[in-house]
Amino acid sequence: MAEKMTGAEMVVQALKDQGVAHVFGYPGGAVLPIYDSLFQQDEIEHILVRHEQGATHMAEGYARSTGKVGVVLVTSGPGATNAVTGLTDALLDSIPLVCLTGQVPTPLIGSDAFQECDTVGITRNCTKHNYLVKDVADLPRIIHEAFHIASTGRPGPVVIDIPKDVQFALGDYAGPVAHQSHASYKPQAKPDLVEIEQAVDLMLQAKRPVCYTGGGVINAGPRASELLRELVELTGFPVTSTLMGLGAFPASSDKWLGMLGMHGTYEANLAMHDCDLMINIGARFDDRITGRLDAFSPNSTKIHVDIDPSSINKNVVVDLPIIGDCANVLEEMVRIWRTRTNESRAGELAPWMAQIEKWRSVNCLGYENSSDVIKPQYAIERLAAAVKEKDVYITTEVGQHQMWAAQYFPFDKPNRLMTSGGLGTMGYGLPAAVGVQVAHRDALVIDIAGEASVQMTMQEFSTAVQFRLPIKIFILNNEYMGMVRQWQELLHGSRYSQSYSESLPDFVKLAEAFGGKGIRVEHPDELDAAIKEMLDHDGPVLFDCRVVKQENCLPMIPSGKAHNEMILPDTADIGNIIDEKGRSLV
Amino acid sequence: MNPHLRASGSAYFLTTDTAKIERHTLSVLVDNEPGILARIAGLFSARGFNIDSLTVSETEHEKGLSRITVVTVASPKVLAQIKLQLERLIPVHRVHDLTAEGKSLERELALVKVSGTGENRVETLRLADAFRAQVVDASIESFVFEITGKSTKIEQFISLMMPLGLVEVVRTGLAAISRGPDRM
Repeated sequence: MAEKMTGAEMVVQALKDQGVAHVFGYPGGAVLPIYDSLFQQDEIEHILVRHEQGATHMAEGYARSTGKVGVVLVTSGPGATNAVTGLTDALLDSIPLVCLTGQVPTPLIGSDAFQECDTVGITRNCTKHNYLVKDVADLPRIIHEAFHIASTGRPGPVVIDIPKDVQFALGDYAGPVAHQSHASYKPQAKPDLVEIEQAVDLMLQAKRPVCYTGGGVINAGPRASELLRELVELTGFPVTSTLMGLGAFPASSDKWLGMLGMHGTYEANLAMHDCDLMINIGARFDDRITGRLDAFSPNSTKIHVDIDPSSINKNVVVDLPIIGDCANVLEEMVRIWRTRTNESRAGELAPWMAQIEKWRSVNCLGYENSSDVIKPQYAIERLAAAVKEKDVYITTEVGQHQMWAAQYFPFDKPNRLMTSGGLGTMGYGLPAAVGVQVAHRDALVIDIAGEASVQMTMQEFSTAVQFRLPIKIFILNNEYMGMVRQWQELLHGSRYSQSYSESLPDFVKLAEAFGGKGIRVEHPDELDAAIKEMLDHDGPVLFDCRVVKQENCLPMIPSGKAHNEMILPDTADIGNIIDEKGRSLV
Repeated sequence: MNPHLRASGSAYFLTTDTAKIERHTLSVLVDNEPGILARIAGLFSARGFNIDSLTVSETEHEKGLSRITVVTVASPKVLAQIKLQLERLIPVHRVHDLTAEGKSLERELALVKVSGTGENRVETLRLADAFRAQVVDASIESFVFEITGKSTKIEQFISLMMPLGLVEVVRTGLAAISRGPDRM
């Protein structure tokens, strides 16, 4: 049933019809009609950000913690360009976003009008798809199609650029058509059963199997995580995961190997290197995972489950690709496994599990604690212990603290870690925490941060104060861009070019200036009490945890090395471990 | 050696692709919508793929479909990626690797301007006749030829015209279609 309304009213109506409850945005000249429509309703809550990049990361945090599409509303020109970082971040991490941008009126497009930019041109390569709406008649279809594209297949960001005259124009509105079919967009969610039978055959014969899971399991919904647990229960296979996949499999399980890759655990990386069967479920063989490609898991048969056919054989050539949604694939794997056997293969896998235990006993995450200064690893362990019984969501910025969070904070549930994995966007964590808290008002939301990253989007603390979002910003403050400093130590003769955080603000006063609470802790003995104070405060907190300045994030696979050539924490001088060949890699 | 001048390390692992490079013709069926050419060209440049030739035109007006013919040069692994990445674009319906599927026809059209007088002019016309190039414009001291055929034939014609007074050339790029009764 068509209904006459303006383009701006259509936008708001379409968002309601898509079940959108929250929009993250910032007004401006080219989106005023949409803001006017938002003003005249109260179903959709608008979260006013301080910078459009913040809006995109909030929408990412919101999307990743709920499985829903995150919605962003920004104006033309600088509004759109400021959103580009978050859109790219969402593209690389496969996060469903719909970003509505205002545009100058259609007759002015191309005239270098005030606050004009070529939004669809700029965002073409950093979105899954984008649209410029030139006719109000196309607007309802485009918005509903955008939600469909953003949330299905391999999820991603979609931009809809709406000129101001289209927002004012009158047209017919139509709601979303159920299971709208698109002529050329048909993601393959249902896997080919023959391939899964072949996979199960390989799994039944494997002597040294490992499951390597990724963000795809989380994107496939909570059912996929349950099925993964069921599959591991049946098969007895050990599991490692990428950063994006943490939480899909519980860290408390004895089958859990920890994260793999550059800063992964010894047992996870060695298991990947020595396995005879690798089952990649929803991961993409990213370069942080594979290390040196020509030495990557040299003797294994590789199964790769992915919903995006272009992920297959992109970096690593696999033996058995399976295209499909992880949940569907896992369901069939579990079902077919059950039809083949109901016996435990624990006996056959025993030597492999014993080998893994040997690697585990190296205790690669061991570190030398101190009674004088706070070690960052210790800070995260104490934080994890303090929130153990709570419903907690963690976001991170990017750098050493991010890797320490992945290593030392145990995740037992999916959708609980929000982090910028693919793009590595410093400044992601604080706004992402705001977005998570908007979706889960009563949950505990903590951004494990670094003092350098957090300053990139610091102003969103003000958003948290305005909307009474009690996020906790747990800053591991070592006064360095720690990961930059570590690489400089490793590769550039400890010449710390521009990696010292000079002229740091007083984070306690800064928090107070924003209208929040600031806590500083400098001694390990005060840490637990300070964490308790942070958790007990019903409002946003900036927690300035002063940690030891020059701690390195280990274990680590240095450049030019394979999984079995890791640097372990007890290595005395890591400056000499990278050889000349590794050094010459550009 | 001064340590400051030594090649520095990197956060990336690099391997060189030693696989043999092949030339393939891809036929891409797309929605004829604004920006589609920029999407295709942008994908090639963003991912470092090569375009040797690119031809675009609407082919089925009532369905709003265009056919894009792309000639690219890549290793087999990269070729597979090119095809899959193209298919990932929302307005792309299908991608066919005509070279891999065999049995395809490839044609290109060129307009070739040659100027000259006397014996060269006679020789020019004789060669044009041998290549079945049509004269589409003539003046006392010039010809414009229209020549259609495989790219190699056109290249050969152009190289023969070079010493005879070649002025300029325009080429359409490749159009390609599969043989036999089936549609793409």
